[in-house]
Amino acid sequence: MAPIIEARGLVKRFGKTRALDSLDLTAESGQVVALLGPNGAGKTTFIRMVATLLQPDRGVLRVGGYDAGRQAAEVRRIIGLAGQFAAIEPAMTGRENLRMVARLFGQSRKSAKANAASVLAALGLTEAADRLVRTYSGGMRRKLDLGASLVGAPRLLLLDEPTTGLDPRSRIELWDAIRTLVGQGTDVLLTTQYLDEADNLASHVVIIDHGRVVADGTPSALKQRVGGKVIEVHVRNADDMPQVARVLGRSGDGEVRIDQGTRQVGVTVEGGGQALMEALRAVEEAGVEVEDIALRQPRLDEVFLALTGQPDDTAAAPAGTSHR
Amino acid sequence: MAVIAAAPATRTTRLGTSTLQITHRSLLRYLRTPQLIVLGTIQGAMFLLIFRYVFGGAIPIKGGIPYVDFLVPGFITTGVLFTGMNAATGAAEDLQQGFVDRLRSLPVPRLCFLTGRAIADTAWNTWGLIVTAAIGFAVGFRIHGSVPDSLAAFGLCVVFGFAFEWLFILLGLMAGTPQAAQGMALLVFPFTFVSSAYIPVSSMPGWLQAFASHQPVTYMVDAVRLLSQGHAAEVLIGHSTGYLVSGALLWALGFVVVFAPLAALKYNHS
Repeated sequence: MAPIIEARGLVKRFGKTRALDSLDLTAESGQVVALLGPNGAGKTTFIRMVATLLQPDRGVLRVGGYDAGRQAAEVRRIIGLAGQFAAIEPAMTGRENLRMVARLFGQSRKSAKANAASVLAALGLTEAADRLVRTYSGGMRRKLDLGASLVGAPRLLLLDEPTTGLDPRSRIELWDAIRTLVGQGTDVLLTTQYLDEADNLASHVVIIDHGRVVADGTPSALKQRVGGKVIEVHVRNADDMPQVARVLGRSGDGEVRIDQGTRQVGVTVEGGGQALMEALRAVEEAGVEVEDIALRQPRLDEVFLALTGQPDDTAAAPAGTSHR
Repeated sequence: MAVIAAAPATRTTRLGTSTLQITHRSLLRYLRTPQLIVLGTIQGAMFLLIFRYVFGGAIPIKGGIPYVDFLVPGFITTGVLFTGMNAATGAAEDLQQGFVDRLRSLPVPRLCFLTGRAIADTAWNTWGLIVTAAIGFAVGFRIHGSVPDSLAAFGLCVVFGFAFEWLFILLGLMAGTPQAAQGMALLVFPFTFVSSAYIPVSSMPGWLQAFASHQPVTYMVDAVRLLSQGHAAEVLIGHSTGYLVSGALLWALGFVVVFAPLAALKYNHS
């Protein structure tokens, strides 16, 4: 089967900035592809191109076998788009919103009604279906937005930062919704700034930066290249930091990073729990007072550091996603 | 997909169906914003009362027409310019809040956003016209022309509203944010005020009269005034009904011919 998305040498300039700088990407059918990168990496530009909202300056983009430029009308029939800004109508109820989108997909009144109802049920929104969207919480709006992209039964679902700005509980609920709804073979392209989101949802991750693909592969393959997990020690006295760095240097597998401001010392490790135990013992033997010690997933900035050898200069890594 | 029975769309949705959906949605947006209805009505009533009772006494009208009968046709006609601003802010909101993006990713004709909005905005305008006319009658306005002529005058106002919608939609799409759209829409004020709507053009300085008596709003106001006030207004204005109505309609047609394609062009490239 032909790839659902095939991009060759895509270039898009906005003034002097190159949002996409000769981007090549192939997404096979039958999987969830996550486009991971910091703000300004070109994720949204790419997804808008796939959604036929933008034209490339150069290069070729095929979606479902159709040319996204010349056959935009064909592409629009097979995609569903859910945006960063929930593009649903606050002055309409959830049901009215979905019925409108279904009708715009050309469905008859009857099937629009039926499809809206089944999408609402699948997303757990049946109870709120007849309330104005104005009264919905942020998480409910995102779910409905997702529903609006599903009601046309798309072959390819495009989700642009579906959980940005949501509280942790709503994020997990939305992840569940995405997993449930796409479990049956709809292809998905999603963009995210969060490594754990890509990890949770995607079978294939493409990391982009400055409009180019930096790395791609399965989440586990990428994590292996990054080197497993990160041990982070938060010391009470800043004077102890050099000593902790020496200790971690011995048990870790990568370069030790020291953050003077937060009094944190971190190192990448291959083996998770075992390495943490060793580090704990070593720190204890050294007699250092510790505020906190944790084993966590690498953050996006650390992935960038590992894969590109350069720090992620936009510092887009979110706080609070690493301690769960 | 298990939850959805439908297959992906096989063709582009018809213009009629998609226009209707956009119209319905844009109208609901108006109707379910009570602030807009209440404030719009209060504002209209307030300005009418101020003109009628505060300024009115200082503005003599030749030919014995009471000021209220002179004012209200002008006030109703220019009402479409005030209500029309909602079309500009509405279009800018649709752009900013992602509705346009969603629409453009759907298998619908490009034009449906504009046709849907224009119909909804015209309907909203018509509602505004009815409210303003009712307030006008309440403060003493009376028809002195024939009833069919007066109904025709009302119909003309609806047509003018439709014509101006295209300018306002274009401004909204150009502005990008509702605030900027409102600012740009206010630029029509000179056309509203430097016209025959609230005071006779003859009371203005000579150089201003040249502009005031030849700009579209004056044609539209005078056509409506003549149709609703009959012979006395014809004497005052000095033109025949046919001349004014065809002039006003030509202006309206000109607005659609110029601004509708520009709005479509802007929409396609936004």
